[in-house]
Amino acid sequence: MEKLLGYRRENGRVGIRNHVVILPVDDISNAACEAVANNVKGTLALSHAYGRLQYGEDLELHFRTLIGIGSNPNVAAVVVIGIEENWSKRIADGIALTGKPVSYFSIEGNGDFETVRQASWTAKEYVQWASELHREPVELKDLSVSIKCGESDTTTGMGSCPTVSQAVDRLVDAGATVFFGETSELTGGEHLIRERMATPELKEKFMAIYNDYVGEIASQGVDLLGSQPTQGNIAGGLSTIEEKALGNIAKTGTKEIIGVLEPAEAPKSGNGLYFMDTSSAAAECVTLMAAAGAVVHFFPTGQGNIIGNPIEPVVKITANPKTAETMKEHIDVDVKGLLSREITLTEAGDLLMDYLYRTVNGRLTSAEALGHREFVMTKLYRSA
Amino acid sequence: MQKNGYGVAMEDNELKTKAVSTHKFLIHNQGDHVGVAVTDIGKGEKVVGVYMDDGTTVEVVANDNISLGHKIALVNLDVNQPVLKYGIQIGLTTCKWEVGDYVHTHNIKTARW
Repeated sequence: MEKLLGYRRENGRVGIRNHVVILPVDDISNAACEAVANNVKGTLALSHAYGRLQYGEDLELHFRTLIGIGSNPNVAAVVVIGIEENWSKRIADGIALTGKPVSYFSIEGNGDFETVRQASWTAKEYVQWASELHREPVELKDLSVSIKCGESDTTTGMGSCPTVSQAVDRLVDAGATVFFGETSELTGGEHLIRERMATPELKEKFMAIYNDYVGEIASQGVDLLGSQPTQGNIAGGLSTIEEKALGNIAKTGTKEIIGVLEPAEAPKSGNGLYFMDTSSAAAECVTLMAAAGAVVHFFPTGQGNIIGNPIEPVVKITANPKTAETMKEHIDVDVKGLLSREITLTEAGDLLMDYLYRTVNGRLTSAEALGHREFVMTKLYRSA
Repeated sequence: MQKNGYGVAMEDNELKTKAVSTHKFLIHNQGDHVGVAVTDIGKGEKVVGVYMDDGTTVEVVANDNISLGHKIALVNLDVNQPVLKYGIQIGLTTCKWEVGDYVHTHNIKTARW
């Protein structure tokens, strides 16, 4: 295979993109961030809907997600803007632990104009500095890769997920880090994940998280019929949540799972395969995984989910011949040959690994080229 | 070549049908109760399925139209019986099944909620 080239950051972590991010602490700072991004070309404002009157574990997750996104090795430098100084500083301080350039600004007492003026000067300095950073040789073991599928159908479990499974095993063997999640969509196959946990403590932690989720659904007095599987899943031939889960799990490879992570939690037990407690909604899940440090995402799809992420390139894989044709502009890796038995699973794995190399080395994924930048924070509680 | 424990993988050396692409459905594992159409299947059509775990084939007459991605019954089942796919239960029958029937939300339901 050709050489892999990436950006080695101040803390040694490796990124494959070189973004300068303008990061709002809260919903009301989006306008200022967008104004800075408009002033300074090549910067990226990550607008989102939350950050006011949150508390407890929900607020912690908010901070962890924003600090994680700023800390992601695909990000070269960050300008943080919030209404109040304390929370803005807290996020900037968290990102600063990586050693990368970060500055914060607060709007209260300054107004948008003055904040945008000051932040634009810093953003210009950062983007010009980042533009001179060079890619250097890196290895597969330097990469953190996230996986999550969407708009699944039965072809997902037969083709695109087993293809990702091939790549996951090769990446883990090479010493890389891989995240999977989607707590709700393990239903019917949760015992398979439990069995693969490396220690009894992890098995217990995983089942506690899974049962919490099931309990939360039960406490609402609802079942998930109509939501799980979704109407799109059903149109694609999936009949039950168990069938959907088994297809979903088919992308996780065969390796031992060495950690169970909270949403947006960066791994601390070394490289390998991790489960993260996430929603199964695509944009929330990918955002949480990007916040945990994933630099590239594998997204198997059946009926055609079009999601992207602003800082983490999303690679779409499909085995559905209709989707490969009708939604061609969204598909990066077409493995419909698995259904016609014209290619083997090993060959499909080769196709995906080849695409990974090209993506790492700078080729834009379809989602990047089409401007899909879905950035969605996960919220646990209603606001105070 | 590795399997992930419940047979979604295909052995490379088992692509016996590579030259003759005549199959119209795939089955994950021997013992599964359903196959999945990989192309649209018409009512009354006699169709070949390939087992992904060992490359063997099976022939079934479809009792209904079955679209790409949708399932066909490989066994007769009574009502309220466990249904296997990937060698694992994916739900329960909600009525009697005959071989060749179209299988979807009208005759299978989750065992979980």
